[in-house]
Amino acid sequence: MAKDDVELIKNGKRLDGRKFDDLRKIKIEVGVLKRAVGSAYVEWGKNKVMAGVYGPRELHPKYLRDPTKAHLRCIYNLAPFSVEDRKRPGPDRRSVEISKVSAEALSSVVMLEKYPNAGIDVFIEVLQADAGTRCVGLTAASVALADAGIPMRDLVPACAAGKVSGEIVLDLMKEEDNLGECDLPLAIIPRKKEIVLLQMDGKLTKDEFKKACGLAVDGAMKVYEMQKEALLSSINNVRIEE
Amino acid sequence: MDIEACLRKDYITNQVNDGKRLDGRKFDEYRDMEIEKDYVGEKACGSALVRLGDTRILVGISLNVGEPYPDAPESGVMTISTELRPIASPNFETGPPGGEAIEVARVVDRGIRESNAIETEKLFIEENKVWIVFVDIHALDHGGNLIDASGVAAIAALVNTRMPKYEDDQVIRGEWKGKLPVKCTPVPCTSVKIGDNILIDPSMDEEYAMDARLTVTTTDMMNAMQKGGQGTLKEEDILSAVDLSFEKGKEIRKVIESL
Repeated sequence: MAKDDVELIKNGKRLDGRKFDDLRKIKIEVGVLKRAVGSAYVEWGKNKVMAGVYGPRELHPKYLRDPTKAHLRCIYNLAPFSVEDRKRPGPDRRSVEISKVSAEALSSVVMLEKYPNAGIDVFIEVLQADAGTRCVGLTAASVALADAGIPMRDLVPACAAGKVSGEIVLDLMKEEDNLGECDLPLAIIPRKKEIVLLQMDGKLTKDEFKKACGLAVDGAMKVYEMQKEALLSSINNVRIEE
Repeated sequence: MDIEACLRKDYITNQVNDGKRLDGRKFDEYRDMEIEKDYVGEKACGSALVRLGDTRILVGISLNVGEPYPDAPESGVMTISTELRPIASPNFETGPPGGEAIEVARVVDRGIRESNAIETEKLFIEENKVWIVFVDIHALDHGGNLIDASGVAAIAALVNTRMPKYEDDQVIRGEWKGKLPVKCTPVPCTSVKIGDNILIDPSMDEEYAMDARLTVTTTDMMNAMQKGGQGTLKEEDILSAVDLSFEKGKEIRKVIESL
């Protein structure tokens, strides 16, 4: 809900000095964990998120096994200290929902048919949260899956757009998310420019939605380049032929 | 793995690619929807039963007095829960709500909350005391499209909810004073993508066969969206689902408001 006492946009600039279509600063590291098959760490503004992948491995409970393909599970977890008011440990309704939509988004790119009956587990740990954590989580998770060497059709970069003080802006920070009018996180498959995660809450007209959607897709494309760069620089002795 | 889904998927997809739905509907046509308000009218403050094809959802509203959230000390509170009861489908089990039930509750919640349908500022009683509105979604028969049936039942029940009498710091059960203040009627409309086609109001079979689904909750604006399923959507798919949701939402809103 919009409140008048905080000025979110001043002279065409946002609270942290960004323009409407600027992303926050993003850093992606690959292979940060020893034990996991694949892992990634993403810093995105004040967000700090780690993703780890286990599998393909034997799937329990047994009834989840699918003889035609692997079953991909995702657990999104906010650490108790990741937000200012301590979050009670364990799954709540929000994290169960985010886990579900994230698993669905990742399932659309992972070649699950290569591992019938197996399970692939993706764990997303949010260590510090500052709005947009589901996008950061998915961005990290798809890099971790690639790091695990699991065949994929593409990566899944994600980014949010939203409406703040009447303006459509990219990549909302905490204050904008709390006080703005709308948040629209989405994730894409860049090679096909198709959308695999889309949520929205707030108030938008159709034209505003079109604009926000376009902005978020462009933002995700920038994230995609950073993901690829991080993955390439994590592998030694790679020569890219132009 | 779901054998039924696996066996039926190709058949349904082929039919849809030929422009046909198994139940003979057009792609932009809802199943018959019946809304019965005050279905359990004796005890609950509000209720509504929605039949949407074979799907049957009962929503009950309870009101209690409790503490407000610290960040909104002068506003009432709304909480929505969903129970996918085992009576509704062989795939539902007892126990704490799983991902599917939580998703239904949260998508319905977002539409009602973000449109500010309930005038929560009018639910303030005194310092540290506000009305708490419990919306309980109870699935009785799962014939597909739980989100729309739940969302319609929830707002239909809220529009017709009575406020219990409150005197001398006590809620007096069975006596009423006025209605719950509700100022608009958000309606969720769900479309699915099968092949290259967008269909509204998926039946159970169509949910088996779908690649992805998109729910758009509208008032005069869009208030909530949720994509589901493992498939992908193109931008044009999304825009046509948005148009369809505005159009169908308007028709359903008229029905709810005339109850």
